[in-house]
Amino acid sequence: MSPLRRRLLFGVPLAVAVAGGEGFYLLLRRMREQKYDPHALPSPLIGKRPPAFSLPGIAGMQGFSNTDIAAPSKPMLVNWFASWCIPCEQEAAILGKLASGGLNIWGIAYEDDAQSLKTFLSSNGNPYQRLAADADGTTAINWGVYGVPETYFIDKTGIVRWRYAGALTDDVVASSLNPLLERYS
Amino acid sequence: MIPELGHFALACAVALAFAQGVVGIFGPSLRDARALFAAPVLACSHFAAVGTAFLALVWAGIVSDFTVENIADFSSAAVPLMYRISGVWGNHDGSILLWCLILSLCGLAVALFGGELPASLRARVLGVLGLVSGGFLLFTLTVSDPFTRLWPPPLDGAGMNPILQDPGLAFHPPVLYTGYVGFSVAFAFAIAALIEGRVDAAFGRWVRPWALLSWCFLTGGIALGSWWSYYTLGWGGYWFWDPVENAALLPWLTGTALLHCAIVVEKREALKAWTVLLAIATFSLSLCGTFLVRSGILNSVHSFAAAPDQGMFILALLGLTIGGSLLLFAIRAPVLAATGIYAPISRESALVLNNVFLCAIAAVVFTGTLYPPFANLLFGVQLSVGAPFFNQTVLPLAAPIIVTMGFGPLLAWKRADFWPVVQRLYLAGGVAAVVFLVVAADRHVIAALGLAGGAWVVLAACTDLAQRVRLFRVPLGQSLARLFALPRAAIGAALGHIGFGVTVLGIAGMTLALQTVAVLQPGQSTRLGNYVWTLTNIHDEPGPNYSQHVADVTVADTHGVFLNLHPSRRFFTAQHSITNDAAIHTNGFRDLYVVFADEPAGGGAELRINDHPMAPEIWLGGLIMALGGFCSLSDRRLRVGAPSRRKKMTEAVAS
Repeated sequence: MSPLRRRLLFGVPLAVAVAGGEGFYLLLRRMREQKYDPHALPSPLIGKRPPAFSLPGIAGMQGFSNTDIAAPSKPMLVNWFASWCIPCEQEAAILGKLASGGLNIWGIAYEDDAQSLKTFLSSNGNPYQRLAADADGTTAINWGVYGVPETYFIDKTGIVRWRYAGALTDDVVASSLNPLLERYS
Repeated sequence: MIPELGHFALACAVALAFAQGVVGIFGPSLRDARALFAAPVLACSHFAAVGTAFLALVWAGIVSDFTVENIADFSSAAVPLMYRISGVWGNHDGSILLWCLILSLCGLAVALFGGELPASLRARVLGVLGLVSGGFLLFTLTVSDPFTRLWPPPLDGAGMNPILQDPGLAFHPPVLYTGYVGFSVAFAFAIAALIEGRVDAAFGRWVRPWALLSWCFLTGGIALGSWWSYYTLGWGGYWFWDPVENAALLPWLTGTALLHCAIVVEKREALKAWTVLLAIATFSLSLCGTFLVRSGILNSVHSFAAAPDQGMFILALLGLTIGGSLLLFAIRAPVLAATGIYAPISRESALVLNNVFLCAIAAVVFTGTLYPPFANLLFGVQLSVGAPFFNQTVLPLAAPIIVTMGFGPLLAWKRADFWPVVQRLYLAGGVAAVVFLVVAADRHVIAALGLAGGAWVVLAACTDLAQRVRLFRVPLGQSLARLFALPRAAIGAALGHIGFGVTVLGIAGMTLALQTVAVLQPGQSTRLGNYVWTLTNIHDEPGPNYSQHVADVTVADTHGVFLNLHPSRRFFTAQHSITNDAAIHTNGFRDLYVVFADEPAGGGAELRINDHPMAPEIWLGGLIMALGGFCSLSDRRLRVGAPSRRKKMTEAVAS
């Protein structure tokens, strides 16, 4: 084998490594732009309507069913939370800001009781227009809720367009929620 | 004050490491003795600086200095002293400092024990190590600083992840990192040899002890990690094909291949290019593992918080290290031509076969691990690759390794006859066949294949040893004397194979594991396997920084109760979290394993009960493999080091 051919052959590992490195670089860039999330949990509800449910109100507020969100007048959020969940407290300020900005947010309290919910809402503020109680967690299973807090974006036609598992942050609002609001309103 | 000293020491370490790199790599071409001998001195001071930084961080952990952000975030005053120390490397910034400490320790080891090497080669090896270390120290200092101060300090730290509050954290990461990072020495040897443009038998002889040493630690580290997850996570499993486990397995696979083909380079001057490539690949895979864990690209139970910016920095380091070394490899291709020739049936061929299959497994595991992120990149789909894929692809590739492992050590170098070797192994083959038939009669074909394979490997290695010492052909005392006279490397190799066989036995036995979940009220019992498991009571017990509910479980066989087990649920108030502390009883060949999984609303206990035949053999095998490696390292030929090239040449001619 001539030295040049030998060098080319021995350059194959280098080519593979360069291609792999390029891939990693692109992945990291997309992670930074929040276009790729390795921990993303794809929701089966995206592009569909939420499954049938009818939940009672709690803490003096009105509950709702799937027909109530089948055709909202404008895009809205459904926020799953619980008074015993610490990230939900951190998220409350952001939800409050969104609600005062005119976004409709309906809440579903997951495996919670009325008294602790009242305490939670009075100390963290109440961004919810309606508040339903999923006392036994069955509806959460039907929705495929991974854990609280979890937020679903529902467009005017009642279709789920986006799901975010975990506490909303300013970054998430800016990079994901605001573009959705522009697109669907 | 102490953390500032640590921070300063870290900054010094960066400078010293780069100095070591530059002086080491370019010094030898100056033909100045001072330049040649500066590298070892720099390596020593570089280690001292990193060691000081590390001790400073440990000190901050011991005294619970919450003005250090790292300590405030991951420790608290209530955490016991042992975990305040081990917790230092239980988080991102601290663990990368441990990584750097071990890398500088490798440099120190080469500086101290590399006296037999030609001075220019030693300087270049140290230079390569210095550059790699300098890159990672710079990373630590700039984007991952463990000494960042926090002001005002919190009254108490945020506390430590309860799962990490276990002696396993004290041992598993340091041992595993030593293995991971230790391959940097083999890598540095390969690069130094490429720079010098000379890869010969002496290279194989020099690189092997270093590769062997890190292989021992990597084997031990993987076994420890597997054992830790087995007893602490309470899932009753020992290997989950988690991306981070795979990241440790990959260098182990290529490192094992490296060990075997370095022998061929040493004895026969063949497979040189392949050996150099494996040395580069093994350390590259170690680096990739570090990158994947730290950047958060992979979804894993181990990963630290995703940090794309830190990922970019490590990716750049990786690009320079791996890309540079592979480029050098391609440029130097012509000097890597093989000189030794061998027949298709020979020890060399068996080792090539071993290499082919080990690397095939590595390729499969690599593909499976990286497929999800790359599928997302290329096809835009979100998917995960799990245990079923790995089990179905790795097991068929492991089978030929198991078969050839029995024959390989008995074949002669250069050219061998197959038939006499088969005759020598009739006993091992016969026993394996009987094991297969007995177990397969119960319709457990996979377990039967695994147990037969494990028995085959163990017995074939024992046969090799027995025939070397002429067991039962000469008086026993004489056999023992022969055993002690055998080269330690031969005993070590046999032990390594026996250990692997024992692990195979354990894995095969675990496919016969039984498990059940039962909700029991005190006084109720359930059956699993040949045993009756009874919940007698649930009581409270205090712990140092947790409270716990303990279930008292008795296990009975036909002769009555023979065992009391106490699995518990621990409530860590600081973190609002609960861990399940499994109760495991082992007799060396069977684990009885109970987890107190939940306390149902109706009272009583939800118990997960497991009966694990052969489970201890999985880790026992890992231990034997590591011991075999250490035994081989104690061989006089390796300990004394390589003879000079001239002597080597005459030996080669004489043989």
